Amino acid sequence: MHRVLTNEQLSPNVYRLVVEAPRIAQIRKPGQFVIVHLGHGAERIPLTIADGDPEAGTISLVIQAVGKSTFDLVELQPGDVIAGIAGPLGKPTELPESGRVVCVGGGVGTAVILPIARELARRGVRVTSIIGGRSREWVILEDDLARCGEVVTCTDDGSYGRPGFVTEALKDTLEAGGIDEVFAVGPVPMMRAVVALTKPLDVPTTVSLNPIMVDGTGMCGGCRVTVDGVTRYACVDGPEFDGRKVDFDELADRLTTYRPFERAALERREACKVGLKTGERGGVAAPAAAGAAGGAR
Amino acid sequence: MTLEQEPPAPEPRPALTQKERMQLKRVDMPEQEPQIRAANFAEVNLGLTEQLALIEAERCLQCPKPYCIDGCPVRVNIPQFIRLLRDGDVKAAAASLLDDNALPCVTGRVCPQESQCEKVCLRAKTGKSVAIGHLERYVADWAMAHADELARSPAAQAGKSVAIVGSGPAGLTAAGELVKRGYDVTVFEAFHAAGGVLIYGIPEFRLPKDIVQAEVDRLVAQGVKIEADAIIGKTYTLPELRERFDAVFIAVGAGLPVFMNVPGENLKGVYSANEYLTRVNLMGAWDPEADTPLLHGQRVVVVGGGNVAMDAVRTARRLGAASATIVYRRSHDELPARAEEVHHAEQEGVIFEFLVAPTEVLGDENRWVTGIRCIRMALGEPDDSGRRRPEPIEGSEFEMPCDMLVVAIGTRSNPLLTQTAPDLEINKWGYIVTDEHGMTSMPGVFAGGDIVRGAATVILAMGDGKKSAESINAYLTGNWPPAVVEPEPAHAAKPAAHERPPRPAAAGVAG
Ligand SMILES: Cc1cc2nc3c(=O)[nH]c(=O)nc-3n(C[C@H](O)[C@H](O)[C@H](O)COP(=O)(O)OP(=O)(O)OC[C@H]3O[C@@H](n4cnc5c(N)ncnc54)[C@H](O)[C@@H]3O)c2cc1C
Ligand code: FES
Repeated sequence: MHRVLTNEQLSPNVYRLVVEAPRIAQIRKPGQFVIVHLGHGAERIPLTIADGDPEAGTISLVIQAVGKSTFDLVELQPGDVIAGIAGPLGKPTELPESGRVVCVGGGVGTAVILPIARELARRGVRVTSIIGGRSREWVILEDDLARCGEVVTCTDDGSYGRPGFVTEALKDTLEAGGIDEVFAVGPVPMMRAVVALTKPLDVPTTVSLNPIMVDGTGMCGGCRVTVDGVTRYACVDGPEFDGRKVDFDELADRLTTYRPFERAALERREACKVGLKTGERGGVAAPAAAGAAGGAR
Repeated sequence: MTLEQEPPAPEPRPALTQKERMQLKRVDMPEQEPQIRAANFAEVNLGLTEQLALIEAERCLQCPKPYCIDGCPVRVNIPQFIRLLRDGDVKAAAASLLDDNALPCVTGRVCPQESQCEKVCLRAKTGKSVAIGHLERYVADWAMAHADELARSPAAQAGKSVAIVGSGPAGLTAAGELVKRGYDVTVFEAFHAAGGVLIYGIPEFRLPKDIVQAEVDRLVAQGVKIEADAIIGKTYTLPELRERFDAVFIAVGAGLPVFMNVPGENLKGVYSANEYLTRVNLMGAWDPEADTPLLHGQRVVVVGGGNVAMDAVRTARRLGAASATIVYRRSHDELPARAEEVHHAEQEGVIFEFLVAPTEVLGDENRWVTGIRCIRMALGEPDDSGRRRPEPIEGSEFEMPCDMLVVAIGTRSNPLLTQTAPDLEINKWGYIVTDEHGMTSMPGVFAGGDIVRGAATVILAMGDGKKSAESINAYLTGNWPPAVVEPEPAHAAKPAAHERPPRPAAAGVAG
């Protein structure tokens, strides 16, 4: 049993939950995730560990409410309990010790970028974070990232920061030169667009993938992705891979497997819960959980 | 159901002569009608009635040299529990069975009796064997319904702790044996629920989840602690557990799915059997209102011929598939599945395509699976497993349409645990190496079940759990190494089923 300590809304549909998970808080590393199981009948939802406090025995999870299961999660109040949290899962990010790195975060993917940027800054790597959202209210974690280095914030509608997509800002940064590595996490189209920029320049680019998962331990194969022509399991071989080798078309396609189901589940939920506090839904191309949750990022 | 009925009052009945016994016909297991059950998840076999059980018990000849005990991997004293049942003392029969077998409700349902105890039953020579599995289930179900009458007094505390990794049949059996001896037992399980394959793999219609849960609850009531959501190799490492506990038993199964490695396997609509069955069983996705989604194929093809394949194809049928087909690269005779499952599948309208192997998965422009390209096979010379090797027939390719494909061609070891334990010796397939006592290359660390044998059976996993518990007890009481007591065989020539390692639960496509 894991108690929820705080629940804070970061954007119209993104929330940060701080929950008790002492063991995971102690040993987790940037890039790793957990699988959250609310209780009997609930889905297993993969969520990146956005932060952890080993002294307090807590981890924070940044959750985008897009499907039935993620709505159930973000409605938890302090004092509520989560039945199970398994982890930390996946391989930790392989981080450089020096040099200059750009971290690109789209939507809730920004939450995955944060622990990476933080660790890089701690190691003395020069970090530039490029983050974005549809408009000002969709930009998350800007202050946290600002503590790790320079932040370029973009909004599609120009309501805040630099107008346009994160990839446009990245293009300028890359053209200015001196970038040793890029970390990019966000919706599949964003990661694909990032790689389209970095690949011709031969800049190493790590992306964090979010395919559909069930167990998170390698036993189902549902999370299979093609990297460099080989099938890999994102839960154990990843979730981070060399973006220049990832088959994004296949990933994007496999993520649509349960679309009709997701809609139906959401409609059922809304039918029995009228007057739900919701934000605008599905901002970034909303991804993966065990299927319908549409969770992690 | 028989479960609710009172046991018969032990009234003396006239003993039958051997000749009269020989004339009794094997009773049939009452079943749900195939047409009805093909659309529900309720258990297919209904269990023997008391009357049927007593008739069947009379069929046992009480051989002075009971071959059946040799045929059983955990050496259940079969003639004894059958005799007690026959004599009207079902409680004593239950106590005898439970002494030998920690999960009889489970094995009475899922053991391949026809290749073990029933195969070597003397009566099988001239007709049909005693229905040992059905009788085991009858007695075990009685025991479960009357658990309070069979309750044991708690064991004296041994003052030592044991960690068990994995809560499948091997882990649960070891936990039961060790808690009986007073050890402080903690089971670590990666999933949110205990039971291993019994809970995530084998479907409700074959092994009701209430039964597995009752077995787990019984262990917890006896003092076994279960830590769910704990992945050894991630949440804790094996060396850490070894430090915290006086001994460790690893029973993590062989949980990694094997795919065919043919083009198109990542199309939408292609599942591993593990994923399909886990969604349905563990996550409850057979219920359309469940949070975990599931594809409902109309034309489903399942590749493989083992129990896993039968479970997947019969599940698909129950979830509304108009056609559900098994594609197997050998012939009917080589099917590794339990005979009863094959028979049930046939009754439920499952189509079997024998001597066929997929070479490619076909899809449409939206990357949904639309069928498989296959090649026909012929059986050649016997291979290492003793079965005739299937060889492709040139030019025999054809296409088979489907809208869902389940790959059930076997499983292999998961490296999560072993890769964080450098001192643990593994073989070239990643399975853990143990000595004759079940101890691994790490002192005090034991292993058993599928992670040692490769995908095998529930009863073999339980046998390993039992043996390892005995070894752990010897290790922790300073009686190491234990004397190896080879069970005295009842007859000189051991039955073949006992000697040969079991085949994997499914048959591969390639190789
Ligand atoms: C669908 C299906 C049907 C089958 N039907 C039959 C049948 O009819 N008859 C029969 O005899 N056999 C059958 N089998 C085979 C049988 O189930 C297995 O041989 C048996 O379950 C093996 O038991 P085990 O205890 O070794 O492992 P498992 O039952 O696989 O249990 C291992 C457990 O360990 C957990 N685990 C894995 N890794 C870790 C880790 N790193 N940390 C913590 N926990 C971990 C797993 O989640 C799992 O719960 C079937 C198998 C399947 C898949
Ligand atoms: S989530 Fe099941 S194998 Fe990765």
